[in-house]
Amino acid sequence: MNITQFILVAVVKIVLAIWLLLTAVAYTVWLERKLVGHIQNRWGPTRVGPFGLLQPLADGMKFIFKEDLTPPHVNKPLYIAAPMISLVFALTSIALIPVGGWVRVAGVNTPLEITEVNMGLLIILGITSLGVYGVALAGWSSNSKYSLLGGLRASAQMVSYEVALGLSLVGVLILAGSFNLREIVDAQSGTFWGVIPRWYIFRWPPQIVGFLIYLTAAYAETNRLPFDLPEAETELVAGYHTEYSSMKFAMFFMAEYANMITVACLASLLFLGGWHGPVAGPAIVRAVLPVFWFGLRVFGFLFLYIWVRGTLPRFRYDQLMAFGWKFLLPLAIANVIVTALIVALRS
Amino acid sequence: MVPLSCYLVLSGTLFACGVVGFLIKRNIITIFMSIELMLNGANLSFVAFAAQWKALSGQIFVFFVMVVAAAEAAVGLAIIIAIFRTRETLNVDRVNLLKL
Amino acid sequence: MLHLVLFLVFALGCVAGAVNLLAQRHPIDSALSLVVVMGSLAGEYLLLGAEFVAAIQVIVYAGAIMVLFVFVIMLLNAGVEERTPGSRVALLLGVPGMLIGSALVVWLLLERSPTPAVAAGALPGPPQTIAWLLFHDYLLPFEVTSILVLIAIMGAVVLASPPATTKKES
Repeated sequence: MNITQFILVAVVKIVLAIWLLLTAVAYTVWLERKLVGHIQNRWGPTRVGPFGLLQPLADGMKFIFKEDLTPPHVNKPLYIAAPMISLVFALTSIALIPVGGWVRVAGVNTPLEITEVNMGLLIILGITSLGVYGVALAGWSSNSKYSLLGGLRASAQMVSYEVALGLSLVGVLILAGSFNLREIVDAQSGTFWGVIPRWYIFRWPPQIVGFLIYLTAAYAETNRLPFDLPEAETELVAGYHTEYSSMKFAMFFMAEYANMITVACLASLLFLGGWHGPVAGPAIVRAVLPVFWFGLRVFGFLFLYIWVRGTLPRFRYDQLMAFGWKFLLPLAIANVIVTALIVALRS
Repeated sequence: MVPLSCYLVLSGTLFACGVVGFLIKRNIITIFMSIELMLNGANLSFVAFAAQWKALSGQIFVFFVMVVAAAEAAVGLAIIIAIFRTRETLNVDRVNLLKL
Repeated sequence: MLHLVLFLVFALGCVAGAVNLLAQRHPIDSALSLVVVMGSLAGEYLLLGAEFVAAIQVIVYAGAIMVLFVFVIMLLNAGVEERTPGSRVALLLGVPGMLIGSALVVWLLLERSPTPAVAAGALPGPPQTIAWLLFHDYLLPFEVTSILVLIAIMGAVVLASPPATTKKES
């Protein structure tokens, strides 16, 4: 592959990935409004297009045409930088997530991800851990007490749950022996006795505990209910983005949903076998089916996110901290120790 | 190809900036950050020397430095909070009595 | 060539961040410059081949330790620092002294002790090898640092917990 081809392929993949991600973000918002509406015995959006399907477009137009207010007394450079930091780090992490195997298009072999990195998982963790700055700086630079409280809560919560999140993945890493997401997924191909897929949650030692810890910590990392204390509207107006309007607010909004999608992708890659599933039929179907299976898993996680949001009440802040440090973290460490012991005794 | 001395000069510059910050800054948190800057400068020479002598131990030492820096940050920031609670200032020149 | 350009870009990021840390009066601006320094340093580590160290640098330093600093600055609502006579003396004597000293070191390193050039990715540090070293050759230091961290956690909790609890007991 020569250099022009390389650049061309990279640009095509970047444009495709960003377009897919932003569309997914827009329709996750629609899905959330629709599902939460049905859970609460309402209809959700119905007016714009069939089933309200054009609602994301209308929302986007509304955000663009709203007045962009900058309140007085804010720290202006940081106030403007904060939503950008949030969105940039949320969108960057998608570059390292594989959505399928290798494909051959017009004589060029290429993996279905923007770039393949050996330390993929670690770099994604690093990028998402930098996203905290957007939230913390938004809270601080707004110079308002609700924002400050939201920002403080957010940074404390995200740093606390990041530890449990990282440790919950260690079990899978011990079994896979690699940080490369593609290798981790390929280690989960095939089935036991033709029925049970060889996903890490079904393996011996089972990673189901790690999976549940990951899921819980991921809800806290993305500031979703039942851990949405940073933006708890009944106590903090809107938390760290109280003072933001128009596209700046929309950037925080998009960053939250993009982070949800990243976390859902990671969960399916690490615990549920990524894109592996039954594949049959003609060549074109064989090429598309893995991506479809992967999308189905991600959709399942997003559905679960919204379902939980419509079902569970919010934690109290001290309960949240106690839960993270006194329950999730010891459980994650126990999971690491048990997995390591079983692997060591077996070998 | 970059000569090893370039990495060392960069590492020394960072360390020197840390020292200057430690001396001229009066905010206790910024002083703390200057210490972190010095540790980072030292880390860079560890990694650079590891690359020169083809010995991974240099990279291992970076981990130990990071762990010590993390422990130090936790305790140091707790001390800063405790001082602020009693003295209500972050200026080191105002914290000149050997009692709370 | 590309190696040199990348080195210079990241080095510029490091030095600009470090100088900005000194120039800014508000601690939160200093903290953000330090984040820039750490990010650029991660780039330098990648150039030297230490990919694992670079990843840990971003996760631990930029993603955890510096967030802790920003958190404390926000919590204490730290304002712009005030200059005192002591800092002026340090500024007048310390900065020229530091400049002379570092110029001397730079001259010694660049002119008097020629060092071999380091190739890009000179020493790859794969996680497996690092883990072997860490849990085999350096097991005792590893365990000692883990005890250090445990003590630090307990110390931080004791120091930062409000004195109201001790009053209740007495």
